[in-house]
Amino acid sequence: MNSVAFIVIAILTLAAALAAATLQKLMHAALSFAVTFVGIAAFFFLLGAEFVGLVQVFVYIGAVAVLIVFTILLTRRDVEKDRGFNWSGVVVAIAVFGGLIWAIFKTQSVSVTAPAIPVLTVKRIGEVLMTNYVWPLQCVGLLLTAALIGALILVMEEKG
Amino acid sequence: MTLTLQLFLIVSAALFCIGLLAALSRRHAIFILIGIEMMLAAANLNFIAFWRFSPEPHEPTGVMIAIFAIAIAAAEAAVGLALVISVYRHYRTTNVDQLDQLKG
Repeated sequence: MNSVAFIVIAILTLAAALAAATLQKLMHAALSFAVTFVGIAAFFFLLGAEFVGLVQVFVYIGAVAVLIVFTILLTRRDVEKDRGFNWSGVVVAIAVFGGLIWAIFKTQSVSVTAPAIPVLTVKRIGEVLMTNYVWPLQCVGLLLTAALIGALILVMEEKG
Repeated sequence: MTLTLQLFLIVSAALFCIGLLAALSRRHAIFILIGIEMMLAAANLNFIAFWRFSPEPHEPTGVMIAIFAIAIAAAEAAVGLALVISVYRHYRTTNVDQLDQLKG
């Protein structure tokens, strides 16, 4: 694994995430949110899970980020900015980060280097999805259907 | 610099805390949803990192968890945004501080 690639992707992802969390204009924040997911997909490619990286690009950037842009369009007010910022959230976030870093550094078993693994093929993912994970697959299908119907009912205009 | 699992966990923890920052300190409903989606993505990164560094990588368990988590997060984002649109139609606001009809 390339450590230069890791540093570049990490800087890109964290900078875009900070921009998405702190920018005042909604559109800018939504677009840097999409760049964050490009960075996370690059991490997945670096870690050898290419299929999940592409699924991430399709679903998060292609669907969720576009949905957010459409919702910004549909809920537009005269002033399109977010005027409130709560500073106690910053304190809580830094405290949680400190706690997580302490837990990571205290654990001995996470300072391992990457073992050489066989390439994870889409064929293997398909096999596992149809044999070991067939029940979760059907449940996710049911859940997606329910979410689709629910979202449609929520935004449908009432007639009469 | 050899890449250990710790580095990936630190990046994923930082991403999670930035998502937490966005979800806690913003007053616009869509920003809060952006923060929640970022937290979910950071957890996915965690799962894939643990799968990659595990001693049994022929079992794609971490990858499967991440795939299902992406599907569920997309469904939840769709329903959440439908709720934001519906609330906006009714109350003409997206500021969560002004949605306090059930308060006290």
